[in-house]
Amino acid sequence: MKARSVTLGFIPLVDAAPLIVAHEMGFAAEEGLSLTLSRAPSWSALRDMLRIGHLDAAHMLSPVPVAAALGLGGVSGGLSAVSVLSINGNVIGVSRELAARLRDAGHDFAFDDARSAGNALIAAADKPLRIGVPFPFSMHAELVFYWLTALGLPAPENLTVRTVPPALMGEAIRAGEIDAFCVGEPWGSQAVETGVGELLLPCSAIWAFAPEKVLAVRDEWADAEPALVQSLIRAVWRANRWLADPSSRMLAAEMLARPAWLDLPAELLDRALGGRLVISANGDTRNVPDLIEFHRGAATFPWRSQAEWIASRLARRVGLDPDRAAEQARSTFRSDIYRLAMEPTGIDLPGASAKLEGALSADTAVASRAGRLILPRDAFFDGEIYEPLLK
Amino acid sequence: MSNVLSIVVVEEDRDRALTIVDSLRDAGEFEIHVIGTRTGLARQIKAREPDVVLIDITNPSRDMLEELALASGPMERPVAMFVDRSDDGLSDAAIEAGVSAYVVDGLQPARLKPILDAAITRFRMFQRMRTELAETKRALEERKVIDRAKGMVMKARGVSEDEAYAILRKAAMDQNKRVAEVAAALVTAAGLLS
Repeated sequence: MKARSVTLGFIPLVDAAPLIVAHEMGFAAEEGLSLTLSRAPSWSALRDMLRIGHLDAAHMLSPVPVAAALGLGGVSGGLSAVSVLSINGNVIGVSRELAARLRDAGHDFAFDDARSAGNALIAAADKPLRIGVPFPFSMHAELVFYWLTALGLPAPENLTVRTVPPALMGEAIRAGEIDAFCVGEPWGSQAVETGVGELLLPCSAIWAFAPEKVLAVRDEWADAEPALVQSLIRAVWRANRWLADPSSRMLAAEMLARPAWLDLPAELLDRALGGRLVISANGDTRNVPDLIEFHRGAATFPWRSQAEWIASRLARRVGLDPDRAAEQARSTFRSDIYRLAMEPTGIDLPGASAKLEGALSADTAVASRAGRLILPRDAFFDGEIYEPLLK
Repeated sequence: MSNVLSIVVVEEDRDRALTIVDSLRDAGEFEIHVIGTRTGLARQIKAREPDVVLIDITNPSRDMLEELALASGPMERPVAMFVDRSDDGLSDAAIEAGVSAYVVDGLQPARLKPILDAAITRFRMFQRMRTELAETKRALEERKVIDRAKGMVMKARGVSEDEAYAILRKAAMDQNKRVAEVAAALVTAAGLLS
């Protein structure tokens, strides 16, 4: 059988791993696919290349298809998330100057308590607090707004969230453009390594189960090539499962480090994959077991309620009606396509396609086809629960 | 909106910026500003209130411009990206040529066309130059490696330069490889043994 070719774009980040592994470890070939992966210079360029059909699919920030459905960011509609590539994976860091102020004020950098870290940050920082995120439509931006506004910092009055590409974050801090940042790995570790900043909190402490990156496709392509899309979902799912196996970790770090992919030291990538971060220049480390999740707890299932949560948060900060936005955007997360793709593999799938977001304070068994699916803790730090429009 | 359209060109390379400005000047009368620094890019652009922003699609700073699309204050003018609004394939052509344009909402496509046409022509040229440069570099690199390998064969086997090249070429054909690859393998192996 001749391999069918699929062109994919990615941004060099640890969470691009599922696509790279699907290609390198032969999971794509097993599905009869030949992947061509190209590195994109920016999220906006990647989105546009996907939108105009230069790429079939892409590694994408989960809010991008949602924003497109709401007509935000210049692109309107046409993009869907057919599976989730990763859960969590971002960290919050502060400039060294701000880190020193936090320490002087007695903050312990315990790295697990969003409330105490947030309150300490609000107390120590000049107002408005300026935080850099990689893209306006990103889990980074949503979580930063969620976290600090829930702790009583009024936005936009006292909180400015600026877009700064991760590679330029260091420069922005040195130039005094931002006080803190929220980035995906390895850029948090890189900031520590280059002495630009210190890490304050993993985003998993804000929301324990945040859909971070998705496998995004153009709707026309998904409609025209259903078999191809489903093969791709399965290949990437196998790559995700492989990545979640602790014995894959060293190989994964070495593979991603290669010049064609992330072109960064394997040791740096291993920190994120292993959930053991160095948080300051003097070598303090913290263990974060849920730093990034590729597989456990139906991690790759694109829940409609995830799209709804993103849409309602996004709507709130740009002045749209949250419920209407949730309704408009919920179907950008294509749990229907994901089910069709995974049905033949016999894996256990959730019974519903939407769930309460933030309701689980511990790992919990839920209704599923085979009745043995356990969803992990997904609580927000402040205990809020998002109820979807439809279950 | 004044009658003369204002354009901001985001480009760090001064020579490239000048070429773009020149071709835009040829295309019509515009007010053109070049921004070469990337810190505070979105803020710098906002201060200029341009009708059109042109930026190289490979510029990693481009994401900073996405903020402009969220401008919602009463005094701010929303900026839309052109990609989705054209029916004539102009935006596709632009992206293919390597330029992305941010355009203020409500700007007539007819007024935009000459600008994009000029930018597209210019960026196509840049793209060609980039490809040519990469090709030349690669060819030069290969030539150097082949020369070194030739020298090694000449010395080891006591043959002439032409004979040495023939030996490399034959080995390449036998292994179904390129001469440059065989040469590189020889140079690497020799490096390990010396």
